[in-house]
Amino acid sequence: MRAVDAVMECLKAEGVEVVFGYPGGANLPTYDAFVDAGIRHVLVRHEQGGGHAAEGYARATGKVGVCLATSGPGATNLVTSITNAMMDSTPVVYLTGQVRTELLGTDGFQEADMLGITMPVVKHSFLIQHPLEIPRAIHEAFHIARTGRPGPVVVDMPQDLSRAEIPYEPVMDVHLPGYQPTTEGNQKQIRQAAKALASARRPVVYAGGGVVNANAAEELTALVRADRFPVTLTLMGLGAYPAPDPQFLGMLGMHGTRAANYAIDEADLVCCVGARFDDRVTGKLDEFAPRAKFIHIDVDPAEISKNVPAHIPIVGDAKQILAKLVAEYRALKADSSRLEEWWQRIDQWRERHPLAYADSSDSEIKPQYMIEALHEATGGDCVVTSDVGQHQMWVAQYFPFTNPREWVNSGGLGTMGFGLPAAVGAAVGRPDKTVVCVTGDGSVQMNIQELATCATDGIPVKVLIMNNGYLGMVRQWQELFWDRRYSQVGMGTWPDFAKLAEAYGCTGMRCEDKTTLVEDIRRALETPGPVVVDVRVTQEENVYPMIAPGAPARDMVG
Amino acid sequence: MGEPGTKELLSLEDLEATSRHRTGRKHTLSILVENKPGVLTRIAGLFARRGFNLDTLTVGPTDDERISRITLTLDGALHPIDQVTKQLHKLVNVLKIRDLEPSETVARELAMFKLAADGTARAEVMQICEIFRGKVVDVTKKSITVEVTGTTDKIAAFERMVRPFGLVEMMRTGEIAISRGRGET
Ligand SMILES: Cc1ncc(C[n+]2csc(CCOP(=O)(O)OP(=O)(O)O)c2C)c(N)n1
Ligand SMILES: [Mg+2]
Repeated sequence: MRAVDAVMECLKAEGVEVVFGYPGGANLPTYDAFVDAGIRHVLVRHEQGGGHAAEGYARATGKVGVCLATSGPGATNLVTSITNAMMDSTPVVYLTGQVRTELLGTDGFQEADMLGITMPVVKHSFLIQHPLEIPRAIHEAFHIARTGRPGPVVVDMPQDLSRAEIPYEPVMDVHLPGYQPTTEGNQKQIRQAAKALASARRPVVYAGGGVVNANAAEELTALVRADRFPVTLTLMGLGAYPAPDPQFLGMLGMHGTRAANYAIDEADLVCCVGARFDDRVTGKLDEFAPRAKFIHIDVDPAEISKNVPAHIPIVGDAKQILAKLVAEYRALKADSSRLEEWWQRIDQWRERHPLAYADSSDSEIKPQYMIEALHEATGGDCVVTSDVGQHQMWVAQYFPFTNPREWVNSGGLGTMGFGLPAAVGAAVGRPDKTVVCVTGDGSVQMNIQELATCATDGIPVKVLIMNNGYLGMVRQWQELFWDRRYSQVGMGTWPDFAKLAEAYGCTGMRCEDKTTLVEDIRRALETPGPVVVDVRVTQEENVYPMIAPGAPARDMVG
Repeated sequence: MGEPGTKELLSLEDLEATSRHRTGRKHTLSILVENKPGVLTRIAGLFARRGFNLDTLTVGPTDDERISRITLTLDGALHPIDQVTKQLHKLVNVLKIRDLEPSETVARELAMFKLAADGTARAEVMQICEIFRGKVVDVTKKSITVEVTGTTDKIAAFERMVRPFGLVEMMRTGEIAISRGRGET
């Protein structure tokens, strides 16, 4: 059969039910194969949208996302998504077309060195040199994307090789001698960690997206509840522990809660699981948790002691390690009363500095209230995606996520334009769920063309635009750190998002009155098909509290 | 810590952080890689991106044609070597990395020096060359070219000796290294 038909067989063998993509010259053979393959293909309206849709699908389902693009501009349009998937450890396989082998290196029409361009931002990549390599490369790509620390893998396929005839035999195993992720976790170290936890007077569990990736939310919860451990989550980790629970201190970092940041500041032991001490979490690195010793559990050995030296490093799969750690900890029968004083201190912070905002006295919609209204209207039962900016931080602060994989956002790269296509992917992957995209008036315009994908394919995402008329987060920084000299942050009043939505074949709505907001959002959720709600909110509201960039956590402001 | 009546399981104060320290010496990494498209670029790119500085890098075939060996040297005073090796290990095409122990390793580099030496200077150069077990590989009326092999230090010493005679050109291969004894490097 043709190599591209073998690709379809490989995709089916990997359990792929849906792919996101965009055709062109160099992947014509692949698109021909789709005609008979029986795999759902969602035609996006921009390759970047296809990439983010595959990411959203992967994050919401835990499966590997698949995205296709043609050579040259099609492939380069994927670079932002590939980088985003790398930063957030999201498993996606990108299949790109490449010019015919005889044209490689000649600046042929639509030739771009995809291997070279993406090398710094992939977990791995393949440039196919012989058609016989193709099936194996596809399976290796899935294996690498999915296992260890997940990430993006690019398979670049020259057009002539993809249409060559090959004898196809199913590939039953992958053999990668240079790739053997550690999963088990050293038992001695795990025991040591249990003892350290039992000895600590001021412990904090700090968990991140790695817990979600490892499907280890249950095990994390078991560890936190094995004693009265306070727990905080990173932006990527939200949902890995139920937010309404009293042991949850809120998110930590730049726009985290004071309780979480102060607890880390005074902790004597920090147990970090599946997180990487990013600068948005640590603030000034030298003064991060200055009194603490660190347990660091991560599947990627290179993260251990990269930013903060670990005292008890444990490399492996968080799910397995946490389960063993809970057992070891329970066996120690530690006395919970040692944490009494610590909780008193934490509760003081919580009482004194709850997350709060001044609500309007009239019908004006405060952005924070918009998120509370969304929670009220949905009862929390939905997948929320977001873009990047103030609205993203307010979702993180005010939407109490209870389950993993119900919060999909761009953390490490902070990619505006992620939210809507990610919602498309999430909705395709989780048809059982309401999928809401909370976006900004700036961000949504970076991939708004995907409304056409939603309308055409009947993908019922509900897009809530927090319309503050500004690139709000940049405006906030200009206000706070640049003497309020606003430079190029006004978004004006156009487009009319409700009309634009209608033009795209979606339902468009506008809300300006807080007294009807919950009702309006409910109506949007109940309206079949894709809906865009333009929510006019307070224009110059700031996200607080905040650790100024480079400042230590205890100097939070606001 | 250790209030009366509390079972002391472990003293947090006694826990020590795992290495992130600088060793302060030169390190030679011997790396086996799969011969796949872009493998050298991946390694070079990793170093550039993470801000690791290479001193020397050599690539050559091994007795298995599917596998190449990269030998690179870098300064352990500037870089946490364990971060470097851990990042390298993440490359799928990297099969094996050894941070060679200096006392357990034989290291060699080949260098060629073209010198503008004639007359008596030439005799002197040849004398130095002999002491360093170098070899004259080309002579013209106005120049002499010699080759020297040895450790990086020895070659540096040779360079210091002959530079005053008028160094026209110098070429060095960068170090390769093999472990002493019977075991594989
Ligand atoms: C692609 C991209 N370009 C620029 C930025 C820088 N940036 C970060 S937040 C932001 C403002 C986003 O505005 P909007 O979507 O309206 O969200 P708001 O902050 O107003 O809620 C900008 C421009 C970015 N993160 N991503
Ligand atoms: Mg805005």
